Formats: sequence, C-alpha cells, structure tokens
Amino acid sequence: MKSFKTFSGIAAPLIRVNIDTDAIIPSREIKTVSKKGLSGGLFAEWRYLSLESRKESPDFILNQDPFKKASILVTGNNFGCGSSREHAVWALSEWGIRAIIAPSYGSIFYSNCIKNGILPIVMDGRVISSMSEFIKDNPEENRLTVNLIKNEVSYSNEVIETFVIQKQDKEFLINGLDQIEQTLQKNSIISEFETLHKKTNPWLNAS
Amino acid sequence: MGSTLFEKIWDQHSICDLGDGNELIYIDRIFLHERTGSIALKSLEERKVPIRNPNQVFATIDHIVDTFPGRGDKTLMPSGSDFIRSLRASVKGTKIHFFDIDDLNQGIVHVVSPEQGIALPGITYICPDSHTCSLGALGTLAWGVGSTECEHALATNTLIKKKPKLMKIMVDGILPLGVTSKDIILHLISQHGADGAKDHAIEFMGSVVENLEIESRLTLCNMAVEFGATTGIIAPDNKTISYLEGKAFSPEEDFNKAKHYWSELKTDQDAIFDKTITIDCSNITPYVTWGTNPQQAIPISHSIPFVDQIKNKNEKESMIRALEYMGLEQGQSINNQKIDAAFIGSCTNSRISDLRSAAKILKDKKIADNIRAICVPGSSQVKKQAEEEGLDRIFKSAGFEWRESGCSMCFFAGGESFGENQRVISTTNRNFENRQGKSTRTHLASPMTVAASAIAGKISDAKSIGIEQ
Repeated sequence: MKSFKTFSGIAAPLIRVNIDTDAIIPSREIKTVSKKGLSGGLFAEWRYLSLESRKESPDFILNQDPFKKASILVTGNNFGCGSSREHAVWALSEWGIRAIIAPSYGSIFYSNCIKNGILPIVMDGRVISSMSEFIKDNPEENRLTVNLIKNEVSYSNEVIETFVIQKQDKEFLINGLDQIEQTLQKNSIISEFETLHKKTNPWLNAS
Repeated sequence: MGSTLFEKIWDQHSICDLGDGNELIYIDRIFLHERTGSIALKSLEERKVPIRNPNQVFATIDHIVDTFPGRGDKTLMPSGSDFIRSLRASVKGTKIHFFDIDDLNQGIVHVVSPEQGIALPGITYICPDSHTCSLGALGTLAWGVGSTECEHALATNTLIKKKPKLMKIMVDGILPLGVTSKDIILHLISQHGADGAKDHAIEFMGSVVENLEIESRLTLCNMAVEFGATTGIIAPDNKTISYLEGKAFSPEEDFNKAKHYWSELKTDQDAIFDKTITIDCSNITPYVTWGTNPQQAIPISHSIPFVDQIKNKNEKESMIRALEYMGLEQGQSINNQKIDAAFIGSCTNSRISDLRSAAKILKDKKIADNIRAICVPGSSQVKKQAEEEGLDRIFKSAGFEWRESGCSMCFFAGGESFGENQRVISTTNRNFENRQGKSTRTHLASPMTVAASAIAGKISDAKSIGIEQ
C-alpha cells in the first residue's frame, strides 16, 4: 500500500448527499475476482452516456478538465453508504483519488478507505460549501493541500482547515503497514484468549 | 453502573486494548458468499496466509447465481460463474462449511445463517456484506466488513475495532394489524435520516420488539445499515432460544448451558446509552419509499413532500434528483401509483413468514394485467417449506414466477433486471438509482404491500384494497 503524508491536488466537488457504493461502482462493473481493473467502472452510470458505448457524459464532473486529473473528491454527507463492496474504494484508488472530503461516511466504506490508502476527511458541510466555491473559481490553480501529519487541509494561502482522524488510522495511512502481519505478532495472546474462550463457549467449534 | 447487551458481548470478546480506543476483538464465526468472499479467500491464498480456524468459517452461493429453475454454475451475468467457481475452488479441501448451489441448505447468507444456527446469541460474527447486521436479531454481535477486514478475520480470528457509540431504540405501543417490522424500520429511517444512527450500534427494545417473531426481528435489524448504524441487536429471549433449538450448528449437548447463558444476556436496568429514540407504533401505517434512498419514505396514505418543505440545500437537490429519476411529482399521492412489476425476495423479506403473509393476500387472486411479478424464496429450505405448505401454488396461480433461492433481483449484477423506467414495488432494502437495473424505479415496501400492489397493479395498502388481514 502506498503511504502518504502530504500532497496537493486538483479537487472535484461532487456535492450530492448519500452517494452509495452502488453509484460509486455498480454491481455489474465488478466483473472479475480481482481488486484490480475496476477504475473503468467508477461512477459508471453517471460517467458514461451509455454503458455499452462507454462514451463519456460531458456533464459529469470527472469527465471535465481539469477534474479528469482530480486526486481529491469533495462531496456530501453519508458518502459510501450502502453495500460493503470494497471494490468502491479499489475503483476510486485506481482512478487516482487519494483523499475524500465529506461531512460523514458510510462506516464500512470509511474503514475500507483506511485499509487502501485513501484518506477520508470529515469536514463540516459549511466548510465544504466554501471550499467548493473556491475550487470552482479556478479548479486548475485552486488546488487543495492535504497534510496528514498536521491534520490540515489548506486552500488558497490564507485558509487552513483542520480535521480529526483516529491516531491509529493516521499511523496506518502514513506507514502503510500490513495489518495481518502486525496482528499475527500477537498470536500467543490470541491463542491464550481463544483457548479460554472456547472452554467457556464450547459450542463455537462447529463440526 | 450496569452494561448494555452490546458491551457485555464486546467485553467478552476483547482480547486486549490497543490504545486510542481500539481493541483487538475475537471473531467467533465468519460467513462468506461468492461475490465478496471469493476475493478475500483468493487474496489470502496468493499471500500464502492460512485461515486460522476454517471450521469457524461458512460459505454459500447467493449473490450472482441465477434463480431460474434448473440453474447451475452458468449465469446470465457475464463472468458470474467465475465468482462461483473461485469460491468453490478456495473452499475445496478446507474445513470451511460450504453450502453449494445444489446443497439443500443453500440460500441467501443472512437467511441461511439463522436457519442453520450459525449466528448465535452472544457471539461475534462478521461477513463481507453490509446486511450482516440482520443477525443482531438473535442477540448476535454481527456486522458487515470489507474484504480486507474479512481477510484479517480469516487469518487471525480477530478485528481491530473501536467500540461504536450505543443507541437505544424503544419500540412501544401496539403494532396495528397489517403493519410489519419493515414499516417500522422505514418509518424510523424516514424520520431520522439515512445517517440517523451514524457511528452507533442500535439495541432495539420495547414491547413491540418483544412481541415480534424472530423472522420479523431479522427484518428490523437487516435495515439498521440503511439507518447508518454499525449494527443492530435485540436481546435473546425465549423465542430466540426455542428458535435455535435443534438447528444444525446450534449447540447440542451444551444446549442447556448455552440456554442458561443466553437467557442472562441482556442490558442492565441502569446501563447508559449515548442516544435514545422512542417510537410509538400505534399510529404507524404501511410505508413505501418514493425516492432513491430509504429515508425518502412515507405512509402509503400520505403524499410526497414538497421540495420547499426541505430546508437543507443538498437534501433539496437530492429530492429534485430523486423525483426526476422516479418519474414522480412533488406533492403527489403515492397511493394508486401505477406499477410495472412486483418483487418478493432478498435478505430483508424472503423468509417463510414473509411468503406466508404475501400468500395470504394472493390466495384466490390474480395479479393485474401487464405486471411482472417474481417471488424468490430466501433459501432452499424456505422454498421447500413453502412448497410443502402449497404456497408456491398460490404464488403461481396468482401470476407470480416461482424461483430458486438467492439474492436475485435485489440488485442488478449484469444478469436479470426489470428494465428501464420500470416501476417495481419490492420487498428489498435499497431503492438506490440503478440498483435493480438501469433506470429501474424501486419502491421499497413490506411483503403484504407488495402482494396487494401486484393485485391492484398500483401501489396499495393491503387494507385499502379490501383484503382482510
């Protein structure tokens, strides 16, 4: 997993509430048993005039210049609600999104972001509105800078907004550690717990 | 200070504190399906990471498999069979309990799980599927995860997790005849928003919940995720205990011990919740969604709100967009809106009691002309039971298609769909744009409402079309 600390990028305001993971990647765009090759299906229903021709809809923000090169998505509350499909995050990541800014997220989607190196930033709706105005003014020039070390998003030279993120999520994004390996280092305490736990709950071993 | 049911199960599974509010939580059982389980297993195989306790892992085929009679590995969805074969290949030679397509116990993961006694009170349980919260109905601490977390649980039997905030929902009053747990949850979401329970685990309590049968409780908890909750849970009681007795993966020789433990498992009187919502069911009537999110729901007898009634700018835009997608007008009545199709199925409402309640309305009736109506039992066991009771004949003679079990048309994966601009009344859980097919217009409702609407050819309350419930 790519780790990151700070970066600047073009931000795309896609201000809609309750954007669900079916919209981020429709089920029919998940064609193989793989975490790769999914970016073509990102926002497929909104992005293409027709799914068959794959002709891009000029009205959809991510098809427009300079948003085609966006690495930050600015959006509405409850982003990523619905299905647990991690494909939504894999598709966003493969397309080039590295951070999302929204007032709130679907909870499974949020942890899927952390596991895949996408920073889900929580910000107040009013901040997002003024941020969007600033971006729309000159999207090419008015980039956002995300600083994960300082928990800051800055735009223009004057405005710096801070955000809150759990310490462990932050460390995980910065260091890009393999969580399975980390947990397996605790194998002895897991085993110790497991032995006792199964003694008190003998029905857990299904045969 | 006492503890909540959630905290008791949580604490019992907490291996250690990892700091910053995170704990290492032991996961007792894991259920997989071909859609997202296949990639989790494949990914572990590629990394050569073994599954820690395969006998605590279960797998079924439900999402991509066709539901036509005589179905097999080949699917209408292009490449669908890859998912089926990948899952089958991964479980082969392992101790994972697998319900293959032709298994008598195959079915939708969240229908099979209670049916087989896989989800049990007091255990921790995950599945890479958002509707895993359904199993909270049995007093199981169950929640949906992504593939990466699923891999972590398969490899270590643990997850690193921060305890969510806790919400109590008191469901009191007297549930009127013909009103179901589907209507209760749609009512709740419509009143408090699709993120109304965000960051919270819900415990459903109160006299109405106590009176609900297990299958209705499963419907209630199923849509906790549509309410933005981490999960939902209901304390086990005598109904739970008798429901689980004799199930394949329920305790056998230890049943009495388990029973004793389960009956003690409840929230203490003086336990504290972060938030409480109280609802009185006495005035709830059957609900239906009019928009593209479960919060856009109203009683069938009400009219769609006016755009100007919505204060928030983003919500207002969402409403305009939803009305356009649904081909509806603000302020119009939803009752008697003409429909093109009716669907009974999904992990929300496809259990035997759901089928019985719909069949009661459909008996000796015919669906309206030009309506396509489909019933998909939630599991092969539900199908078998329904056929033994003759429900299949009622559905078929009313004009419904009678299918093999699976998730079917709850979502469009590239196989079957209802078609563009088709208006579908559906017992499923998500009315998202394009969820059931390109430009398909979904209205969520209870099985009774769907059955009554299929007969009338338009959205109808079972009561209003003169059917005695």
